Amino acid sequence: MKKTVFLGAFTVAGLAAAAAAAGTMDDVKARGKLNCGVTTGLVGFAAPDANGEWKGFDVAVCRAVAAAVLGDASAVEFVPTTGKTRFTALASGEIDMLARNTTWTFSRDVDLKFEFTGVNYYDGQGFMVPKELGVSSAKELDGATVCIQTGTTTELNLADFFRSNNISYEPVPIETNAEAQQQYLAGACDVYTTDASGLAATRATFENPGDHVLLPEIISKEPLGPLVRHGDHEWGDVVRWTLNALISAEELGITSANIGEMSAGTNNPEINRVLGTEGTLGEMLGLDAEWSKRAIAVGGNYGEIFAQNIGEETPIGLARGLNAQWTEGGLLYSPPFR
Amino acid sequence: MADQTTNSIAFVADGNIPESPPPANETGVVKWLRDNLFSNVTNSVLTIISLYVVYLLLASTMPWMLNGVWNASSLAECREILAGKSGACFAVLTERWHQLLYGFKYPADAYWRPNVAFVLMLVAIAPVLFFDLPRKLLLFTAVYPFLAFWLIWGGTILAPLVALVGFVAAAYVFQTFGRSSFAVGFFGAIAAAFAVWLIGGALIPEGASENAMLSAVPSRDLGGYMLNMMLGVTCVSLSLPLGIVLALGRQSSMPLIKWICVIFIEFVRGVPLITLLFVASVMLAYFFPPESTVDLFLRVVIMITMFSAAYIAEVIRGGLAALPRGQYEAADSLGLDYPQAMRLIILPQAMKISIPGIVNVAVGLFKDTTLVSVISMFDLVGMIRGPILASTEWNGVYWELLGFAALVFFVVCYGISQYSQWLERRLATDHH
Repeated sequence: MKKTVFLGAFTVAGLAAAAAAAGTMDDVKARGKLNCGVTTGLVGFAAPDANGEWKGFDVAVCRAVAAAVLGDASAVEFVPTTGKTRFTALASGEIDMLARNTTWTFSRDVDLKFEFTGVNYYDGQGFMVPKELGVSSAKELDGATVCIQTGTTTELNLADFFRSNNISYEPVPIETNAEAQQQYLAGACDVYTTDASGLAATRATFENPGDHVLLPEIISKEPLGPLVRHGDHEWGDVVRWTLNALISAEELGITSANIGEMSAGTNNPEINRVLGTEGTLGEMLGLDAEWSKRAIAVGGNYGEIFAQNIGEETPIGLARGLNAQWTEGGLLYSPPFR
Repeated sequence: MADQTTNSIAFVADGNIPESPPPANETGVVKWLRDNLFSNVTNSVLTIISLYVVYLLLASTMPWMLNGVWNASSLAECREILAGKSGACFAVLTERWHQLLYGFKYPADAYWRPNVAFVLMLVAIAPVLFFDLPRKLLLFTAVYPFLAFWLIWGGTILAPLVALVGFVAAAYVFQTFGRSSFAVGFFGAIAAAFAVWLIGGALIPEGASENAMLSAVPSRDLGGYMLNMMLGVTCVSLSLPLGIVLALGRQSSMPLIKWICVIFIEFVRGVPLITLLFVASVMLAYFFPPESTVDLFLRVVIMITMFSAAYIAEVIRGGLAALPRGQYEAADSLGLDYPQAMRLIILPQAMKISIPGIVNVAVGLFKDTTLVSVISMFDLVGMIRGPILASTEWNGVYWELLGFAALVFFVVCYGISQYSQWLERRLATDHH
């Protein structure tokens, strides 16, 4: 008897009102907190530090959105999600947005009823081999043993790549990145393949990173970006344009250092529109005029966030590559603030 | 004859030979070695091989352990300090120990709360585990769950108080009416408890948790080894009574009860725990009304409890089946009714037989609590696999972290197993 009643008590105690089905923006404002889904931990992209504070490239997007909407970059409840729970968490309304290095694919956008609001990192699948193997191109990998995470798109990409190049390989299936590192270092496989950003991060942890090389071939497109539920376009716009504001800020030269000075007004009307001293863009979004100024002030513009979390100065040491501004040969291209 | 006696005996001992020490190879270390390690050729060869293996193990691990770096802020710094020598980077433990123990979100100034709860837990379970202790201590055991809830989750003290009052009311109603009719007492107790909770819940003022003495900590912020301990202790203590009820229910002559128990046990045993956990974390949300959510910790506790209760029920059923039929008949012939017979005659014997099995389930259950890391709860293993290995400082430190996890789990599991052996010796009534 006692048992049943005990559980009942906790059930009653655990019942709590959750968000009503109104617009997500109203919910977030009413709650005073943004529920942002992140990974349970990915080097450089999202992980809590020694003080329990979330840091990382994806985390910065969450913080920027919170600053834009709520005016407080720390008003974020980070909800850690695994690859298996992330979509349910978003669909069920447990989180307002998902910034979890999620690849934008047709089926996720269309079939799973989500809306990707842009790309914050252009990734692609690459290969890492020990230097002593003397391989300089992935096409020379005929007959190699390859460590590959099972159940991912990388597995399919790998099969496609090797088949289209008429070469053979021996897969060594592994479950997690951690396992892959150990297997690769122990020599269980000649090649490790996963997203290039992950390879770089993995290599950075090796005792002798110089003994391993990343091959030049990138065999897949993995545009990673934040996403929201399908159908709530006002909220989707807020997330999309917050990300665009970060990207535009870099293009326009707005940095966390000069933002105070620039928001006093400049000769460049687009900078003025981004920072809210001209035009009514904030109002159109349902926010105040300084929304994007706050978003940029949190961690700086896109370039600063990149440099701080995953850039060449960090142990991960990723080059900008595809993630440079379009003016510098990359793919980052924010639509105009007009 | 006389001649014979004087001349044919060459020597007559007229005193004791002085005591001399036993031969060198029949005493002390040498004898022990000869008896245990080198008693014949095969054993000698095996001993030498074993010694060599032990030497290899130690030779490869001891330098690594002894060279360990305890003070560094990142793996790179560790490697700098080691300068190419083999050595562990225990600095990750010194820097992140609080995250390993409490999770990364539990407020640091409140670490004393789980610590106090842990010490009090030892006090609370002592009278349950060691029945030589005074029975009055059980009163504290009864209060402990509410106290621990208040300490760990914080918030208003009214919530656990109302819960406690509900149980007291239920117990009172059951005591009063249960004697005449079990059903009236049983359902009356449930009704009384719910009445108290509803009224009490309505009386707790809105926002009472905000200015409470202990700041409220949401379940999502719990983590680390604390979460494993909480899940383990809660689930074991809940699943044992539930398992007994299920085991008795399965033997019941009432078909409805019997079949409910059989179906429950067979269903839960036929499903992997990890599936149940996924159901708890993602599927249950679909079964509850959209505006209500049940705390994730509670959902996980329910699932793990169900899982281990089914196993414990089967273990106890084995104990019940092992009792000779005569014991049941003896209880009947003494005029005991069913609850009395079970409480006084059957269960004490059946439980004694089941101890090794129950402990086996408890140890397994405790280790299974690490599975919650797959549903993004940050228990000890979740902390290691997620946040710590994903930090730029500590990515790549595996042996030290997982070795630490293995060590703390081993301490508790070994303790449980030692306790069960003590209990078996203590309860042994057969005299050989």
